[in-house]
Amino acid sequence: MLHTPDTISTLRDLLTHCRTIAVVGLSPQWHRPSYFAAKYMQAHGYRIVPVNPLVAREDGQILGETAYASVTEAAAALAAQGQKIDMVDCFRKSEDIPPLADEAVAIGAKCLWLQLGVFNEAAGLRAEAAGLRVIQNRCVKIEHARLFGGLGWMGVNTKVISAKRLRQLPY
Amino acid sequence: MTEPLSNSTPGANGADRHFGFGTRAIHAGAQPDPVTGARATPIHQTTSFVFDNAEHASSLFNLQTFGNVYSRISNPTVAVFEERIASLEMAAPPWPAQA
Repeated sequence: MLHTPDTISTLRDLLTHCRTIAVVGLSPQWHRPSYFAAKYMQAHGYRIVPVNPLVAREDGQILGETAYASVTEAAAALAAQGQKIDMVDCFRKSEDIPPLADEAVAIGAKCLWLQLGVFNEAAGLRAEAAGLRVIQNRCVKIEHARLFGGLGWMGVNTKVISAKRLRQLPY
Repeated sequence: MTEPLSNSTPGANGADRHFGFGTRAIHAGAQPDPVTGARATPIHQTTSFVFDNAEHASSLFNLQTFGNVYSRISNPTVAVFEERIASLEMAAPPWPAQA
């Protein structure tokens, strides 16, 4: 089992401190989940760094950001801009995760995040041993919306119970 | 984004807190209004909600952002009711009739 606590406080902490997100497998097609999840995060002030070899081969962009062929290449390009990738968010099959976990460790990311339906315990444990927080089978957009507002507007049980006044508008 | 101060505080060791039926019956799904500070959930008697611009409208319809369009689909007051019932029943969201 992964050691990163699957709790509201951990998820909130990660989403507060990981401001630059490399999205591996980010599709350039507007109707794909990776695209609208990344667009949502971008609209909430996160820097999205697309990792998509097919788009990168044609020097393409997704969501106005240059696409890179790998996490390593993306990290090198961002380093040249004086920036760092905080989170590696993976829209890939579970069996494709091990090399991505190793790259996330190598570039010094704070978090390896595997999307809904993506699990890789062995790779996750390796990343955790290197000091990363690892979340699996969750979506960054859903968790952001659940913990910082927005999802409640859909009537979803966010499991957030509070009598405090919101400090920010939930959109 | 400012440090999140708005939501439920963690229990011991950062674990999620579990709240009883009575607490959830009062608080689930609603927090004091961020703009006015209103304690009770306002009754939003509107059929429609405005868009900021065409891009905002397309993002709403493409599920790229959250927000309300038309009260038969979603309404902030009804959303509180939905989330509260879901919390009390420990269930996925219910869909009350909104016509």
